[in-house]
Amino acid sequence: MKKTKATIILFLLFYYGFANIINIHPESISNNIQKYIDKASYGDTIVIHPGIYTSVSLVLQKSLHLIGINKPILDGDFKNELLRINADNVTIEGFIFRNSGKSGMNEIAGIRCIDANKIIIINNEIINCHFGIHISNSSTLTIQNNIIKGTPFEEQNTGNGIHLWKCNYANIFTNNISGHRDGIYFEFVTNSTIQDNISTFNIRYGLHFMFSHSNLYLCNEFIQNGAGVAVMYSKNVRMEENTFIKNWGASSYGILLKDISDSWIYNNKFLYNTIGIHFEGTSRIEVVRNEFQNNGWAIKVLASCMDNRFEHNNFISNSFDVATNGSLSLNTFSHNYWDKYEGYDLNHDGLGDVPFYPVNLYSMIVEQNPNTIILLRSTLIGFLDKAEKAIPSLTPENLKDSSPFLKLNSL
Amino acid sequence: MKELILFTIKDIIKNKVIIAYTLFLLVTTLVLFSLEDNSGKAILGILNTILIVTPIITLIFTTIQYYNSYEFIELILSQPISRISVIISEYVAINIALIMAVAAGMGIPLLIFSPEKEALWLLMISVFLTLSCSAIALLISVYIRDKAKGIGTSLLIWFYFNFIYDGIILLILFTFSEYPLEKPTLALIALNPIDLARVTVMLQLDISALMGYTGALYKDFFGSMTGIFFSMGCFALWIIIPLWITIVHFGKKDL
Repeated sequence: MKKTKATIILFLLFYYGFANIINIHPESISNNIQKYIDKASYGDTIVIHPGIYTSVSLVLQKSLHLIGINKPILDGDFKNELLRINADNVTIEGFIFRNSGKSGMNEIAGIRCIDANKIIIINNEIINCHFGIHISNSSTLTIQNNIIKGTPFEEQNTGNGIHLWKCNYANIFTNNISGHRDGIYFEFVTNSTIQDNISTFNIRYGLHFMFSHSNLYLCNEFIQNGAGVAVMYSKNVRMEENTFIKNWGASSYGILLKDISDSWIYNNKFLYNTIGIHFEGTSRIEVVRNEFQNNGWAIKVLASCMDNRFEHNNFISNSFDVATNGSLSLNTFSHNYWDKYEGYDLNHDGLGDVPFYPVNLYSMIVEQNPNTIILLRSTLIGFLDKAEKAIPSLTPENLKDSSPFLKLNSL
Repeated sequence: MKELILFTIKDIIKNKVIIAYTLFLLVTTLVLFSLEDNSGKAILGILNTILIVTPIITLIFTTIQYYNSYEFIELILSQPISRISVIISEYVAINIALIMAVAAGMGIPLLIFSPEKEALWLLMISVFLTLSCSAIALLISVYIRDKAKGIGTSLLIWFYFNFIYDGIILLILFTFSEYPLEKPTLALIALNPIDLARVTVMLQLDISALMGYTGALYKDFFGSMTGIFFSMGCFALWIIIPLWITIVHFGKKDL
């Protein structure tokens, strides 16, 4: 036993002992990083010193660590892909990647990984690239502290900031993404954690995922993206303490949920969005302790949703609190705070004694006939809403909060 | 004519309704700005006030003013002054007083608290509403000799524009919901000065995003040069047509 341990230690010593450190300076031989990469052997560290390296187009096919000192600039001269990784155990740290080519056909990226596992991409800036980081068919990824900044064109010829396809166990932490089509895009990505990222001013979605199960989204900020956040066809999604701000426009959403099930939306903030959360075909989602403030619609729950629970949320100065398109509602609301609630609490248990009906008549009318939106804020509509509140007849009877909070829920 | 206008303005200011109106607007605007932390919401509140209060005050005030100065008008007409200049100076004097009230009561706080494009639009539509409602009220009072009937009709007109007309729009939109209704809706909106004012301002505000794709369509239209000319043209017609009928009728009328 002792012998084997010693052998392993000895082996490791040799293994790492042989890993070399290769230094590259911009003035020595420029543009030849690829030659060094080809010459380097497994596990070597290539240290690149500050400067501008032009016409870069690197391919990494073995396990290497690329470390930039003081952010050397790798410039693609608007022609090609900057770095392609096709190996396991690769670290990319401390670079500025800029000016990749653009293409409608190929997915040209600042950093592109294909069939690569255990990749660490850390402390880089990726500026003005078609796709920022594009990873497919890989697992165990760490993408941390990167700044990814694009120059958006039209939706169809702008790439995504962080694009993951068929990946597993990705950790995406504290990145700052802006000016791409989708800030973070996932397709078939599972068991991943997305935390403390900021995704702003992307022309389509701040975060977009499909068929990505069992992922955790924590403390991210999605601000002023063209259409907010859209998530579809996934289950076991956990979204906590994220902030969704100013996703404002004719078809903008804080979050658009389509065919999502068994998920948790806890402690998020939705401020100044056209629609806070849009539910379509969702089931068994728990929406708890969120704050909805100054949205056009706080939540829109279509009739295709069931068994969703809305509890302990705060609804404050939204134009419409809840909208729906059918008379049947299979979702439950309880213990929410509604600023439009006008009931009373005789037994002083903090809960209103009469139920609150969050759907108002006009939102039902608009849902049935979109043209009537032209009457928004007319005097007649105000009176109709008041009349319906007094004697409910058209709004769904069972869409109600039977125990509304009188004071703000502490979040 | 100038003396006539000045004399009428002096007469109007004497009865203090205008001062009360100014104070009311001032207090409402200030309260809305101090209660709402976000000036966009305050502007929406002010818009609601304008749409309800400005038309009713203008309609009732103009009718009463006309009936009260009826004897004075009769007296003036015995002098060598043309009928047209008498009725026009009446209209001009009433509007100078009302618009000054709006400018002082609402314009000043608006320009202090939110000196932006939206505030200018608000001021503009309140001026337009004043001009067209007073023209309509003058038309009513020239046609109807009985004071009570005249005031009743003014009230009814206000009720019609604010409630009944929107109800009719709602009915039409639901009856013909199978048809493309964007353009007919636009025409329907133009046929009511209050709706026209509301839509014109709303499309300038952030809240227009709530109006979805229909709103986007209207916004494209009203945001374009053609749209601005269209709404201005409609407002102008809402002033010129009632005023013109009034003048023609007043010229022929047996007093």
